Order: sequence, then C-alpha cells, then structure tokens
Amino acid sequence: MPDRRHIWGWVSVMTAMGIGSAAAQSPSPDLERLVRQDCGSCHGLTLKGGLGPDLRAERLSGRQPEELAQIILDGVPGTAMPPWRPLLSQSEADWIANYLLSRAPE
Amino acid sequence: MRALSFITAAYLAVAACVSGMVSAHAEPPAMRGTGDLGIVIERASGSLLIVDTTERRTLSRLEGLGDLSHASSVFSRDGRFAFVFGRDGGITKVDLLTATIAKRIIQAGNSIGGAISDDGTLVAVANYEPGGVKVFDSETLDEISSIPATWRGGQSKVIGLEDAPGRRFVFSLWDAGETWIADFTKSGPPDVTKFKGIGSQPYDALVTGDGRYYVAGLFGEDGLTVLDLWQSQPQPRRFLQGYGRGETALPVYKMPHLEGWAVAGERLVLPAVGRHEVLWVDIRSFEEVRRTKVHGQPVFAVARPGGRNVWVNFAHPHNDVVQVLDSLDGRIVAELKPGPAVLHMEFTPRGHEVWVSVRDSNVVQIYDARTFEKKAEIPALDPSGIFFTSRAHQTGL
Ligand code: HEC
Repeated sequence: MPDRRHIWGWVSVMTAMGIGSAAAQSPSPDLERLVRQDCGSCHGLTLKGGLGPDLRAERLSGRQPEELAQIILDGVPGTAMPPWRPLLSQSEADWIANYLLSRAPE
Repeated sequence: MRALSFITAAYLAVAACVSGMVSAHAEPPAMRGTGDLGIVIERASGSLLIVDTTERRTLSRLEGLGDLSHASSVFSRDGRFAFVFGRDGGITKVDLLTATIAKRIIQAGNSIGGAISDDGTLVAVANYEPGGVKVFDSETLDEISSIPATWRGGQSKVIGLEDAPGRRFVFSLWDAGETWIADFTKSGPPDVTKFKGIGSQPYDALVTGDGRYYVAGLFGEDGLTVLDLWQSQPQPRRFLQGYGRGETALPVYKMPHLEGWAVAGERLVLPAVGRHEVLWVDIRSFEEVRRTKVHGQPVFAVARPGGRNVWVNFAHPHNDVVQVLDSLDGRIVAELKPGPAVLHMEFTPRGHEVWVSVRDSNVVQIYDARTFEKKAEIPALDPSGIFFTSRAHQTGL
C-alpha cells in the first residue's frame, strides 16, 4: 500500500508551485491517446463508461483534480481500477485529472 | 480466377457507393462465396473493413457503425451477414456481399458483446447499462425478449454471453457473481436457470467448441468456475483456485478475454489475471497441468485451429509483442514484434495464416501460422477486432 500522505504532500507542493495546472494546460497528444485508448478499454473509448464508470466531465463535475489524480495513481483497491503509478508520473496523472474535468462533451 | 475476383471486387466497390444511397435495396450480389471473408473493426472511426482472406486484401470500408471500442461480431449461418455489437449498444447487421448496412438498431446504453443461437434465428446481446440481456430476431432485429440481470444489489453488468447448443444462451453477472442459462427451446419467454455464488466478479467466459463447458474467469478471486452443460443439472465447480499462490497480483491494465481462450488438444489454455503467465488445464479433470511464463499480462491466448500452437498477446504496456507457444510442451517457440498495440489475432478457418491487428501502426499484419513469416500488411484505421465468417459454424464464437 503506497503512503498516501506522501502523495498528498506532493500534490499540494505541486499545486502551490502551479506545476499541476501548467502541466494540464500543455497539450499532450500522447497522454490524450493513452486516456482514450488504454483507459478507454475499461471506461469506453468516449469515456462514457464500460466496466469502469463514466468519466465524462459532466459526471465528474465538482470532484477535485487531486482526488482523481490519486485514484489514477493508486487505483481503487478491491476493484478492477488498477494503480497507474508504475506507468505514469504525478504530473502526468495531474494532467489527466484536469483533462478529464475539462473535456468538452463529444 | 483472378479476373473473376477482380470483377467481383469492382462490383463490390461500386455496390458500396451505390448502396450508400439506397441502403437496404442493393442489387443482388455478384456470385461468390463468403467462406473466406471477414471483417476488421476500425474502432476509433466507427467503421469496418470487409476483407478477403484468400487474396489478403480489403474489399470495402463501411462507415457509420457508432462507438466500436470493444466491438465484437457473430455471423449468420449462411456466412453472409455479420452482426456487429458496439459499445454504444448498437447492433449493426452488415451484408458482406453488398457491403451495406442491412439494419442497425441501438438497443441499450452500453453493451459488451453478443452471441447467435445454434439455429441462427436469435441474436443476443449483453448489456452493462442497463444490465441484462436482450434477444432479437436475427432476420429483422426486432426485440424478442429482455432479461434484466436483477439481483439484490440492483441490476448487474452482464459479461461472458455465449451460445450453447439447443437455442440457449449462457451469461454471467459481474456484480452478482451468478451465471444464468436462458433456454429459448420453446416459443415465448425463455426458461431462465440461475446459478448463484459462482465466484467474485466474473469478467468474461467461454463455451468450448463441443458445447459442453461454460467457463467463467473471475477477477475478484484467483480461480475460474466451470459448468458442465451436458448434465441435466449442472453444478458450478471452481478450479485453479488460488493459482496466484497468495502472491500480490500485478496491476491489470486490460481485462483478458476468454472467447479467445484456447482449447489445444486435451488442454484449456487460459490467461492468468494479475500474473504474467498462461495456465494449461486438463480439459476433463480441470487440474492444472503446467504454466508458461510470458512477456506480460496475457489478453488473448488463441489456439491455432487444430491446437498445434497458442498465440498470445498482451496488455499495455507490453502490447507490442506476440508470443507463440508450443502446445506439446508449453515452451515459447517464437516471439514476434508486430508493433505498438497488438489488439487481436484471428486465424483463417483451417489455421494456415493469422491476422494480427496493430492499432498504433494502423495496419493488419498477416503471418504464416507455421513459419511465422509475415506475408502481407493491410492498412486499417486503429484496427481492433478481426472476425472471419468461419465463426458462423463454431459453437461459442
Ligand atoms: C482494467 C479496467 C480499468 C482500466 C484500464 C482503467 N480503469 Fe479507471 N476504473 C475502473 C473501475 C472498475 C473503476 C470503478 C472503481 C470503483 O468501483 O470504485 C474505475 C474508476 C476510475 C475513476 C474514479 C471514478 C469515480 O467516479 O470515482 C477514475 C478517475 C478512473 N477510473 C480513471 C482512469 C484512468 C485515467 C485510466 C487510464 C489511465 C483508467 N481509469 C483505466 C477500471 C479501469
């Protein structure tokens, strides 16, 4: 089990430094593709849900990007949502969280 | 021979354009069989290719099939029509000869796959949202029956929908951990038999080619459950229990698929969940025979028809490789690098060649199944599932 306090520490430092949001703004075609294709294999190519829940912005509205980034990195133990920490960095997870929250409807 | 197929192809190309306008009222097709035809799903663009496996080429591209992520297909008994099940709940009946959409319906919000009954008259589809199974007339796609997957927790997502001999469909409830058999032998509403407690989070299933065993893979625990459909009163039986040996499971970035689960001779060949292993099980005793350590989390383990080898592809981030196993001793006899994101493999009917979709290279590669030599490449947009008409004549496909 990863140390959650450590992760939260990082998130707040990064947020304070504006790193999370800067990362979120820079376009990242590779990450966008990863979200559509590889998250899409469980959440649907348009992210409207599959084995995993709907991840469209309307449904996630009101959620904090830090919380979503943490879910992405740690997964949801006991469910099919895997931890992406072995494959994604904190700033990539932040970018994805912000991307999910701000994606225009398709 | 060549000239004839050229004419056929030219006809099909024209038919594709014309029928775009007149849709279902296409001209009668030029004479040709469909035994060597198939489709390639282009998942991101909602289109598919109709392909000829003899000539190793595309006959036409068909658009307008909706969200095709995780799309799969079954075929009519005459091998002329493909029923394509999309993520968006769409069922599209595609005429392979005229290269047209014969009929298309949206039957639910979110679906995961389908099956066709042994007599070819019923097409069933498994839904996530709202969870259940719907059954349609294969001729008209009119709804015949709707079976909500109701359990005490509400409505469950349904997975692992398979056909079984005698106008039956077997499927499992992800949330409820149940397997249901819907028997359509009589007209009117089906007889539904429910098996509770088959295990935690069944995620996919298969029916063996002889129609005898329904095998459900479990995500929520280490093991699988088998139902012997030859018994008048089948009893669910757990096997490979604790195959993870208590070790922490590795993250699974893509669910393995079971329809591709292979029977190679006396063995059932299964992808492990959360382990980079392929498991070999005796098909009668359901005891583990051996395991093969492989390159990543296996997604499909597909036997070449006849069972001589098993081809395995992998989940992200190991999905650029395909390994070929020898069914005699389980050893890896070849490792191919088709390129980024190998999503699916489909054998020609007698298994002389295998088609491999390589999503991020936008190609389908065709290999000699014996020498592993690459024979051809066909361009395709984000190709995923490949389905050949020979599935029409196989139980469980
Ligand atoms: C193997 C299947 C699978 C894959 C791949 C997957 N997820 Fe998930 N995801 C799930 C499941 C199942 C849940 C629901 C967990 C639960 O029950 O709480 C989930 C939940 C989530 C949630 C929480 C949603 C909520 O409403 O609380 C987020 C955010 C999420 N996933 C993001 C992602 C991202 C981003 C990716 C790709 C980097 C991804 N997932 C890949 C299966 C998957």
